[in-house]
Amino acid sequence: MAAHSSVVISDEQVPLGNGPILAVKGLGVDFNVDNEWVMAAEDVSYEIHPGEILAIVGESGSGKSMSSMALLGLLPRNGRSHGSARMLGKELIGAPQGTLRRVRGNEIAMIFQEPMTALNPVLTVGEQIREAVEQHTELSPAQAKKRAIELLRMVEIPEAERRYDSFPHQFSGGQRQRAMIAIALANDPMLLIADEPTTALDVTVQAEVLDLLRKLNKRLNSAVLLITHDMGVVADLADHVVVMEKGRIVEAAPTARLFAAPTEAYTQQLLGAVPHLGSKVGGVLADVEVVDGHLSIHEEYAEAALRARETHTASGVVPALELTDVDIEYPGRFRQPPFKAVNGVSLTINPGEVMGLVGESGSGKSTIARAVTGLIRTSGGRVRIGGTDITELTARQLLPLRKKFAIVFQDPAASLNPRLSIGDSIGEPLLLHEKLGRGELDKRVASLLEDVQLPVAFRNRYPHELSGGQRQRVGIARALSLQPDLLVADEPTSALDVSVQAKVLELLQELQRERGFACLFVSHDLAVVELLASHIAVLNKGNLVEQGSTEQVLKYPRDAYTRRLLAAAPVPDPAVQALRREQRTAILAAGATDQD
Amino acid sequence: MTPHDKNRDDSRASVELSEMTLQSQDTDISTARPTRDQTDRIRTTEAKSQGRLIRERFFRHKGALAGIALLVLIFILAFSSIGFAGLPGWWNKEYDVLAPRFNEGRPTLTLWPFSLGEHPFGQDVLGRDYFALTMRGTQTSLIIAFIVGLVAMVIGTTVGALAGYFRGWTEAFLMRITDVVITIPTVVIAAAVAGIVAKAGIIPFAVFLGVVTWTGLARLVRGEFLSLREKEFVESAKSVGASSFRIIFRHILPNTVGVIIVSTTLAISGAILLETALSYLGLGVVAPDTSLGKAINDNRSALTVRPWLFLWPGAFIIGIALAVNFIGDGLRDAFDPKQTRVKQ
Repeated sequence: MAAHSSVVISDEQVPLGNGPILAVKGLGVDFNVDNEWVMAAEDVSYEIHPGEILAIVGESGSGKSMSSMALLGLLPRNGRSHGSARMLGKELIGAPQGTLRRVRGNEIAMIFQEPMTALNPVLTVGEQIREAVEQHTELSPAQAKKRAIELLRMVEIPEAERRYDSFPHQFSGGQRQRAMIAIALANDPMLLIADEPTTALDVTVQAEVLDLLRKLNKRLNSAVLLITHDMGVVADLADHVVVMEKGRIVEAAPTARLFAAPTEAYTQQLLGAVPHLGSKVGGVLADVEVVDGHLSIHEEYAEAALRARETHTASGVVPALELTDVDIEYPGRFRQPPFKAVNGVSLTINPGEVMGLVGESGSGKSTIARAVTGLIRTSGGRVRIGGTDITELTARQLLPLRKKFAIVFQDPAASLNPRLSIGDSIGEPLLLHEKLGRGELDKRVASLLEDVQLPVAFRNRYPHELSGGQRQRVGIARALSLQPDLLVADEPTSALDVSVQAKVLELLQELQRERGFACLFVSHDLAVVELLASHIAVLNKGNLVEQGSTEQVLKYPRDAYTRRLLAAAPVPDPAVQALRREQRTAILAAGATDQD
Repeated sequence: MTPHDKNRDDSRASVELSEMTLQSQDTDISTARPTRDQTDRIRTTEAKSQGRLIRERFFRHKGALAGIALLVLIFILAFSSIGFAGLPGWWNKEYDVLAPRFNEGRPTLTLWPFSLGEHPFGQDVLGRDYFALTMRGTQTSLIIAFIVGLVAMVIGTTVGALAGYFRGWTEAFLMRITDVVITIPTVVIAAAVAGIVAKAGIIPFAVFLGVVTWTGLARLVRGEFLSLREKEFVESAKSVGASSFRIIFRHILPNTVGVIIVSTTLAISGAILLETALSYLGLGVVAPDTSLGKAINDNRSALTVRPWLFLWPGAFIIGIALAVNFIGDGLRDAFDPKQTRVKQ
């Protein structure tokens, strides 16, 4: 890959001098809401020097995005900015639109979060890059095309000449983000603003894109302003960190110092809330030589698992959930073969156990969650819940069983009916299954709200009046209303901010301990799974590649894919992360042969 | 409505901004957690019924209130003045009685000092009392408009909901029927059927109009259902074992109320116009009965000489249509729980 380091920086480079590329001083952003100016950011000051990566970290509503959009004059129409932001001595705040337009794309470029929507689906990727090149230079179309191919090569797209003519939908998510980076780099910007560049990507892809950004930053000597909520990404990439909360800068420090000794309470709290992979089992990917998956420790684990199973069968415990060779197919359309999303998956969860189901997007983990809750049909194998096979039941036969299991969905905003009050949403399962009267129902709803630590007065509110974390609490209350034996949680915290996620996870753990239900916890985040689960199953493209106790899977993974996954997950600790990066490169090099 | 909505294209901005206010709520969860003795007090928080909330929101909507007031006024005036279905009204003239024309049939209504005079809205060319005639026309038009609206709403919503929710053969069958109804021009069906139906009275005529105008609504409702049935809250309802009936009526339909109400109000306004057009072709309301549309058509050549024959029914049409649209606006906002602000 590194063989492609052909020189793209052919334009005359502006001598950068010693001063900062961007100096922001006292920047403020306000929004006009109902004729009142609401502060979104205030007194934001920082400097970025050539070759530096500065990360602005904060949760949603911290003003991190808005303060950066203000630099480019891209605020929504009801926004205004004040203060000062000097780009190589040129003032950006309050500059006329014409000046800003020349700055955008030429001196400052942006990468957005969602590469699918940022690329035009009807133009080829190559044309879109060429367009960006032609916009700011006077190259001929042929030269521009040549340069676009160079750029594609620079962002490590294989077979750049051929891929030039591909459309965005023919690129994978990671490749699309690379193409976006190529567009951003088209005119050698001095500053690259990356707004959550990897949030929409899987961890393994994220790691690659971050590597690319790091490499490009070193090579082009430009500066990167990284906006993110992910402390792991910060630890991996940034030189300096600015922490923002509610529109203000809380703390600014070099990355190593910030992570080692955060001085402000908010930073400490934020760092404390980030689940740290390996914190429970004591490190991941233990440094043991794994040869062809054979390791004495694996035999010990297998024996332990066997013993556990024997004690369970001996004492007559019926598993809360048992999948045997489950296949799930999505029906094909006209002339399209059906798509097999899940292939021969078997797993067992005993009562009171929490099983983490881990995989990247497209691995089939959500499909399994839906099949277990009877939302989609399996095409083969058996799904037994509390000993009853649900695969061949009719909807009517399944109805009484639905009391025994419940599901918490990923997006709390979408999983609550916007037209039902919180109380009605929570009470619906009770109403359907227990046919309670009004008074009894009210009492149960009140006690459920209390269980998930929400004020009882919330019952009359509607989902949009609640924050994300509160909505997810409502989702949990609804799921637990019938005291299920099995709870399926489909990425319940992935749409939440870290500090909120920490609280929701704590609540889930507490409830699980109190009530002792079994739980299938679906997630892409290994660190979160580690906190909750006693067992982990890893899915890759519909196949179960590995399962075992949490410690076993995290410390002594057998499968190459699990190892890649573990190595790619960023850890919020710059020193550890640097080590892990090397480890990852080694694993990738080792796995390169068996990958192809 | 709020500045947020205007900037929906810049969703990132509005999300961040709205999350900001929400964020602050999230942190006070821990403080908001009720202690034991507080809960007993809090428990008195009654679960408010959906209906009450909707009523509260509706009555805060000033435009809708004005619309209701205007419509009720028109209703009372039209039905109490000349009476209805054999009941006598307070007005002493009949709409179909010819009389000698008085002062060329000019309106005798004066506002200051207020007096109705002999013929407050004047007389038409045949000398009929135009006030009684307009009132009769208003009655007819109101009945037709509301029956058409109701019939179109019921058929359109049912067809759209079933097609959108069940997909497959149900959808194919229902939507092909819809297509067939759409492709046949209303006037052609009317030419074939309306003449006969209209003679049977205005109510069968109105039902007939409803039966041919539900298609637009069916397609809109189906579209809404198609997108809503894929939402997670529908899956969530399925996962707790809600029946299809419950999912359609309790979960999806309330979320389409906005679309249904807006297109129903449009259908009501449209029905008045359609009735006018058909009456003009001699296929609608038949003389001596009348409607607002027919009254305008009968006197369309009188605009320059006797403008009042044109203006009075016109004013009533505009009044009814505006009132209905305002009420529709208010209803849509009232059914939308996100609407907390009151329109001034």
